[in-house]
Amino acid sequence: MALTPQDIMRVANLARLELRPDETEHTRSQLNGFFALVEQMNAVNTEGVEPLAHPAAVLGQVALRLRDDIASEPNQREASQVSAPAVERGLFLVPKVIE
Amino acid sequence: MSTDLHDLGVAQLAAKLAARNVSSVEVTQHFLARIEQNAGLGAFLATDSAVSLAQAKAADARLAAGERTPLLGVPLAHKDIFVTRDFPTTAGSRMLENYRSPFDATVVGKLAGAGMVTLGKLNCDEFAMGSGNENSAYQPVLNPWDRTRIPGGSSGGSAAAVAARLVPAATGTDTGGSIRQPASLTGITGIKPTYGRCSRYGMVAFASSLDQAGPMARSALDCALLLSSMAGPDLDRDSTSLDLPVADYATDLIAAGAGGTGATAPKSLKGLRIGLPTQFFGAGCSADVLQAVRAALAEFEKLGATLVDVDLPLTELSIPVYYVIAPAEASSNLSRFDGVRYGHRAASYGDLTDMYKKSRSEGFGDEVTRRIMIGTYVLSHGYYDAYYLKAQKIRRLIAEDFQKAFAQCDIIAGPVSPTVAWKIGENASDPVASYLADIYTLSSSLAGLPGMSVPAGFGAHNMPVGLQLIGNYFKEAQLLGAAHQFQLATDWHLRQPPGL
Amino acid sequence: MSQTQPTVNPFAQMQAGRPTGPLVLGYEVIIGFETHTQLTTQSKIFSRASTAFGAEPNTQASAVDFALPGALPVMNKGAVQRAIEFGLAVNAHIAESSVFARKNYFYPDLPKGYQISQFEIPVVQGGTVEFFLGDEKKSVRLVRAHLEEDAGKSLHEDFVGMSGIDLNRAGTPLLEIVTEPDMRSSAEAVAYAKELHKIVTWIGICDGNMQEGSFRCDANVSVRKPGAELGTRREIKNLNSFRFMQQAIDYEVRWQIEQIEDGKTIQQATVLFDPDTGETRAMRTKEDAADYRYFPDPDLPPLVISREWVEETRAAMKELPRAMAARFRSQHGLSEHDAAQLTCSWGIAADYEDAAKLSSEPKLAANWYINAVLPALNSSDALPEISVYELTSTKAPAKIAALISRISDNTISNKAARQVFELLWSRNTVDAEPIAQVDALIEQLGLKQMSDTSELEKIIDDVLAANAKNVEEVRAGNAKAMNALVGQAMKATKGKANPAQVNELLKKKLA
Repeated sequence: MALTPQDIMRVANLARLELRPDETEHTRSQLNGFFALVEQMNAVNTEGVEPLAHPAAVLGQVALRLRDDIASEPNQREASQVSAPAVERGLFLVPKVIE
Repeated sequence: MSTDLHDLGVAQLAAKLAARNVSSVEVTQHFLARIEQNAGLGAFLATDSAVSLAQAKAADARLAAGERTPLLGVPLAHKDIFVTRDFPTTAGSRMLENYRSPFDATVVGKLAGAGMVTLGKLNCDEFAMGSGNENSAYQPVLNPWDRTRIPGGSSGGSAAAVAARLVPAATGTDTGGSIRQPASLTGITGIKPTYGRCSRYGMVAFASSLDQAGPMARSALDCALLLSSMAGPDLDRDSTSLDLPVADYATDLIAAGAGGTGATAPKSLKGLRIGLPTQFFGAGCSADVLQAVRAALAEFEKLGATLVDVDLPLTELSIPVYYVIAPAEASSNLSRFDGVRYGHRAASYGDLTDMYKKSRSEGFGDEVTRRIMIGTYVLSHGYYDAYYLKAQKIRRLIAEDFQKAFAQCDIIAGPVSPTVAWKIGENASDPVASYLADIYTLSSSLAGLPGMSVPAGFGAHNMPVGLQLIGNYFKEAQLLGAAHQFQLATDWHLRQPPGL
Repeated sequence: MSQTQPTVNPFAQMQAGRPTGPLVLGYEVIIGFETHTQLTTQSKIFSRASTAFGAEPNTQASAVDFALPGALPVMNKGAVQRAIEFGLAVNAHIAESSVFARKNYFYPDLPKGYQISQFEIPVVQGGTVEFFLGDEKKSVRLVRAHLEEDAGKSLHEDFVGMSGIDLNRAGTPLLEIVTEPDMRSSAEAVAYAKELHKIVTWIGICDGNMQEGSFRCDANVSVRKPGAELGTRREIKNLNSFRFMQQAIDYEVRWQIEQIEDGKTIQQATVLFDPDTGETRAMRTKEDAADYRYFPDPDLPPLVISREWVEETRAAMKELPRAMAARFRSQHGLSEHDAAQLTCSWGIAADYEDAAKLSSEPKLAANWYINAVLPALNSSDALPEISVYELTSTKAPAKIAALISRISDNTISNKAARQVFELLWSRNTVDAEPIAQVDALIEQLGLKQMSDTSELEKIIDDVLAANAKNVEEVRAGNAKAMNALVGQAMKATKGKANPAQVNELLKKKLA
């Protein structure tokens, strides 16, 4: 299968990326080259195989670690907003959000 | 005497500092000057002598107070993928130009706690995506052995800095080979531990299920010293951090008699079975690399190890599997870079969506953009099963193949990279083709196994060649031990780039 | 992740044999609910920042909540504990292993660019919520309840052309509770929501504060001619008051019917209810909202819950409203309706039970709670989930018991007792002993019943003497005349006599 220019636009929009028209075609050919490589995966029979989401799961069940419910974080607003592009009265400013 | 301080490794510097023959401030000043002189290599993205010297003074005070810990006062530098409070953190991207983290990565904190002095932040491929360090948004890194060639990536700044002896050691991160491959291409030693050994807290995430931190230095002993301090559970901060005790890797090696001077005779490796995957020694690997690797393996045989053939049938498939899974995770991990809370925001934009698109497109380089596109696509509706899920299933088969192989051997060995370091710009035309060069490092990353690169000689154009050693889960000590014995018997790791 | 399309209409199967509801203009109304309940943990679901409401913007967010580079999530055990408790309260299955997934989309109040939620394998699976709609018993089936993180808030008011982002709420643990489309009227939907609200507040996993958004309901509404294909649904978001909930659904139902009647088709949409206009309006749709690119979060291994943990939790949980109501019926002989009313909240139920014990008159105590205490609480606009402490601090059970004892020992009449109650409630002098307070008020109001028989006899003699005519009629067998005499006697005693006693004496004297 090959990606169409529409696919590229759709994916770029999903990823909130802006591609110039010339980039779109360039990206498309590169991605199609890549997916030709990916098609090799179809050759492998994975029937009944559990996906491996966490490497350690090869050795048996991995379980999420749970922490006790304790609120211990101090106010870190100042330090955390040092690199913020736009802040006012402690709020991050963005173009108006319309619902 | 301070002129040859940079020729000393971590263990040797630590010994000098402990003996008070030299102060941490002197050592730090020496390396800072050397970094300055060799700025042309492009290895560093940030230095701050005031910060470094303050840390050195603190280390000297601890030494003066009689404290004697293995790394106290020894300098190093961090790959710019680790967030640091005292230095900017860019991840090699415009997106994070001038970003200041309010906290230190766990690995950075642990090494600082051990008394190491931070010399600065090291250049890398943008968000650790690349194998030539040509994807740094700031400058390419040059290979100290031949400045027209790449140092490998993504930890290229770390590799070049260690090889050029601008630092005795550095931290790196490895997602699909980013410690092992640059180590191999610059003639240094680097180890990627078992996934989860080192905390990922404070590592700018690329692919969460693959990212792993590790040390890069000149010798296995030096790596062992660093890893002992870097590794360990971080149960409160990283849910994937392994809850397992960490051995004092270095003590075992020093017990082997090296004492940090590398002058002692090697111990026998009798009983060690080294597995050679037939798929690692095929036509895909260039002759010069194979020759060096085989010579190194012969050396292991001399040391008493036995070589056995093993089968890793899905080795070639690890390329598409990795390049589906890693970009998928990356596309999600990099969504936080939206120009809202930190990072690049476009100068002019229309509505919110336009701000997102312009900020991200301006902030990300080509390779990062490409991988976000791939990752977004493979996760998108209708393709998830065919790509992401399929890849995760093959990933399990790959991991199980390794377990079968380890039933027949203790360590798996082979080349790290199919070729020596290539010319800068050589692969720029076809990025996808460069993915193929990762073939020998991807499968162990997908399985989460520890792997390292050990200097094994030289190939074409007199460029360094590394031998890859892959161990079973949690067997870092075994890998380091074997590598150390090899380095007691060889001097490849002591060779220095000409003119440095 | 993979959404495999079922071959047969699952709705028809799901609803087979279930009752339908009242038709609206010949249309069947079909409602499903998704409720976001904020869990009562101290810290956030994946960070150690506080969840307290109303702090200064962005002062209760950690590196994890700001989604700073390098930050990683670590799961809060308290949130899992509450999910287990909810699952047990609705007889659901607690998954041995459930999976956290990333729901990817860009929004300024979503700092990571993805929400950590549960998609394919939720922690709570199935379950039912049962309640009364009038006298009709209803049962709504749950599909699932899953753990996820709340988003931050976008504030639009204060800035021209800009929005301000506050991430204090980001990472607050949510349990999203999803029903089958089992409800058939707005009234049933509200009754369900109230019952669910009761359950989560009863077991204490949610404070139920709808004003602060602790309990947020989304209603999926569609209409169809009975037996016809399932209609397209529209989702009404953020119904944060029971009153608006019914208004919104009623409006939406009428709107959809009008559309269909006008030959228009319903487009799937997310709508908001505007309490001012009483109308719903479609939200600006995110064109790619449909493609969330879910995948298991590689930062979080599967959530594994041991059966031991589930059983420990079951053993430690307090009696559930349904069980308690059943007990009130069997032990206290209350009607199903009264028992339901008295278990409207844990506070009321526990309080009523104290009063029943103290007075050893459960039925009388029940009447007092239903006819006096509950109305008083509602009028004093205390939340229905008012806590045991708040109630007992008014010593209500002791006061009710005191009143009951003074009624049964003939000190005061029921009528007088109501007067006393009003003052007891409004004054709430906590220091004094309730019985002392009651007696003081009886004195003060002069409500004490006349116990001295001789004095009463004298008054009655006077009444008889003054009403010879009535006496004659009574003797002639006119019952009315008897009532007249009782009335006269009560009047003469200024209502302080016990009417029963007056009756006795009259009968005796006229015998």
